[in-house]
Amino acid sequence: MTTETAPTGAGAPAKPQELSLWGALQANMRDYGLLLALILIMLFFQYFTNGVLFKPVNLTNIILQNSYIIVMALGMLLVIVAGHIDLSVGSVSGFIGALAAMLMIGWKFPPELAFLANPIVAGIICLVVGAIIGAAQGYLIAYHRIPSFIVTLAGMLIFKGLSLAILAGKSVGPFPAEFQLLSAGFIPDIIGPTVVVPDGEGVQGLSLHTTTLVLAIIGIVAMMFFAIRTRARRSSRGHEVEPFSLFVLKNVVIAALILFFSYMLASYRGLPNVLVVMGILIALFVFMTKRMTFGRRIYALGGNVKAAALSGIKTERLTFYVFAIMGALAALAGMIYAARLNSATPKAGQGLELDVIAAVFIGGASALGGVGAVAGAVIGAFIMGVMNNGMSIMGVNIDWQQMIKGVVLLAAVFFDLYNKNKSA
Amino acid sequence: MTKTILEMRNITKTFPGVKALSDVNLDVREGEIHAICGENGAGKSTLMKVLSGVYPHGSYEGQIIYKGEEQHFRSIRDSEHKGIVIIHQELALVPLLSIAENIFLGNEQATAGVIDWDETRDGARKLLSMVGLSEDPDTLVTNIGVGKQQLVEIAKALSKQVQLLILDEPTASLSEKDSAALLALLLEFKSQGITSIIISHKLNEISRIADRVTVIRDGKTIETMDTTDISEDRIITSMVGRSLDDRYPPRTPHVGEVVLEVKNWSVYHPQHRERQIIKNIDITLRRGEVVGIAGLMGAGRTEFAMSLFGKSYGQKITGEVYMHGQKVDVSTVERAVGRGIAYATEDRKTYGLNLIDHVKHNTTIANLTGISRFGVIDDLAETDVANEYRKKTNIRSSSVYQTVGNLSGGNQQKVVLSKWLFANPEVLILDEPTRGIDVGAKYEIYTIINQLAAQGKAILVISSEMPELLGITDRLYVMNEGRIVGEMATSEASQEQIMRSIVRAEGKAS
Repeated sequence: MTTETAPTGAGAPAKPQELSLWGALQANMRDYGLLLALILIMLFFQYFTNGVLFKPVNLTNIILQNSYIIVMALGMLLVIVAGHIDLSVGSVSGFIGALAAMLMIGWKFPPELAFLANPIVAGIICLVVGAIIGAAQGYLIAYHRIPSFIVTLAGMLIFKGLSLAILAGKSVGPFPAEFQLLSAGFIPDIIGPTVVVPDGEGVQGLSLHTTTLVLAIIGIVAMMFFAIRTRARRSSRGHEVEPFSLFVLKNVVIAALILFFSYMLASYRGLPNVLVVMGILIALFVFMTKRMTFGRRIYALGGNVKAAALSGIKTERLTFYVFAIMGALAALAGMIYAARLNSATPKAGQGLELDVIAAVFIGGASALGGVGAVAGAVIGAFIMGVMNNGMSIMGVNIDWQQMIKGVVLLAAVFFDLYNKNKSA
Repeated sequence: MTKTILEMRNITKTFPGVKALSDVNLDVREGEIHAICGENGAGKSTLMKVLSGVYPHGSYEGQIIYKGEEQHFRSIRDSEHKGIVIIHQELALVPLLSIAENIFLGNEQATAGVIDWDETRDGARKLLSMVGLSEDPDTLVTNIGVGKQQLVEIAKALSKQVQLLILDEPTASLSEKDSAALLALLLEFKSQGITSIIISHKLNEISRIADRVTVIRDGKTIETMDTTDISEDRIITSMVGRSLDDRYPPRTPHVGEVVLEVKNWSVYHPQHRERQIIKNIDITLRRGEVVGIAGLMGAGRTEFAMSLFGKSYGQKITGEVYMHGQKVDVSTVERAVGRGIAYATEDRKTYGLNLIDHVKHNTTIANLTGISRFGVIDDLAETDVANEYRKKTNIRSSSVYQTVGNLSGGNQQKVVLSKWLFANPEVLILDEPTRGIDVGAKYEIYTIINQLAAQGKAILVISSEMPELLGITDRLYVMNEGRIVGEMATSEASQEQIMRSIVRAEGKAS
């Protein structure tokens, strides 16, 4: 018996084929590697923060602190895959936060326009304005071929100035309670808490947010169901499937991770609202980039714009949409940020663009376009977030924190390119 | 008197998968104008790149003996140091620098890094007068025409104390007047003792100024002749003289009704609005027919095809396109593909493929609607399609998940073909479908073309290899300088005849 190292080439396989375990691991090494790096970093800080990192309240905090970065990283991934960059997202998110504050608190509307101050109406207005800002920049980039670096650099300055202007240099807050729920809220426990350890003398009680756990279990079952169904379909139609051992291992590990984190969240206050929003967006963007023609065309555009155009892809319109989506996501991030601080400040959002871009590059996107994954960008954002959090708890000075983050970004990209050159 | 200045002995240069030059010999006498002739892809430019150090010593086999010494040029700088200057087909000037700055680029008139502008301008003026160009040295290069730019290049060469001047297709993009001036200049240099090598396929020019001509074909030297007692026909025979053997699969055409008609098609240069690139072209294609467009480089064949395919080239495009007698709108790539026209590019790396993605994604990208519903891709259907076309076109890759950039040229070309076959066109335009691929892969591509024609597709093949056109087509158009200058049934055509229609057209133009 010889071990099979490469899948055989000739002909469509008649019976379902399993890739070799090693081959399948290699093919997905980057994805798993990144996740592994995140887990190792978390364990590292768990040890050096004397167990603070994995405390339920801290895990919840990490999610809340990084939600707006992740939301923007989703859009930035599309922008970077399309071969562009958006430097304006920090300022745009700050501006939208300011706009939200002025709509809901600052501007006194006449009675017939008072509905504009309603948090939901204001929220929708903010999203639309964000999309329009993105679209305007996208228009200049796509149809007038002004480099995105320049257009969004200008946008960064313009919206930084505009936030200052509409806030008149002051912080505006607090927001209505409904709006604060976006960042500070948790999903209601409709089932009611499960008391594991009742409060007692000298014993801190432990009660779990049951709804969170139930949702997690439903999620895991659904994930398993779809994974098994997809595998069965692939194999019944004669396509290659990953080795069964790897398939089981992968799903069990992921299920265990979800269960662990939802248990942690449940033992604090449950699932934060913003995590629900984020989860839906992440799922949507994964689907869009992996399964939809829209996403596929963005990769084709970033990989070779001339070939994409000659394949009938409307490259200009696609670029335009990508920036419009980025604008809407920057708006959402701006609202999450403002709701979290419970006030809009003139300095809000400044410099966020760099964290967002760093997250996408740590996640394995190529600065030349055409390469990158949503999951990578999300994990990249969490790597940055966990490092921020862990180093803060450890009491590392801000100067060192900056330097260490810079080194991590450089190392991640270096490692990526090194691997690529080695395999080429 | 007849001292040899340069001798290239047994030069062999191999690219991955292709032997570009094998045992080429060239000797050039001091003070002569030596022409190098050959079809596109024969290896002329490669030979000159070996000589000038673009391909450094060690990357080829053989010897270069210049002025009696063996040379090991590692870069252009080395060869220029010895007075060998090459002027490439694509001019190497920086458009937004002045004439004077360009002339002394890399050779600045400076002391300790500080440029002496008076010296620069005076020097430039002197050199410009030598080449007969009366322009202010401060004029930006972008503001003068191609002909004058060519002269600036030559002035730049003179500034480097040139002793052996190499010109690669110097008149390809020049008007007749500019060409004549350039040729006169070369003759004047000759009287000053400067040796020139000129690569050209304009035979009338060669017989006018060259003393000797070396013909290269398929990467081999065929012969070197004195031009005094040689006819253009003799050179043509030497250039193309190979027989059509069984390098082409047998072909039995079943030609049906007219599918595509293009009428009065005109296109202007995308930057220079006044330069007309395509001049009133009419063509027709029939069902099941393979039609070729022959012509030399710069004849406008690619430009014609790309302008037809969704206005992907040029501006001020006029003319009409009919499919099955109905006038159709092909003004965007999407519409052209929708009407059943596909264009497989000559430059697959730049225009044809996403090199960082794999075979599967490249195969389906021109017809994503064919494997998706409501914008959602059916991954399994896509894999099936990719496997099917990989098998059909015989792509040799480890799987459909191999990155296209790592495939050989022939297999990349098959991916391009697969992509357009999956778009299911009625008219397939293949631009240089076998450029840079080996003989075996060529045969496979020809076979695919035959099968497609048998299925009723109309195929337009643009090729610079005349034997290929004669071997695989049913009918031929000959293009020159943006015009159709000849049309013939392939069965009645010969390479000499094609060359003659081109040369005749050139003669008419001058």
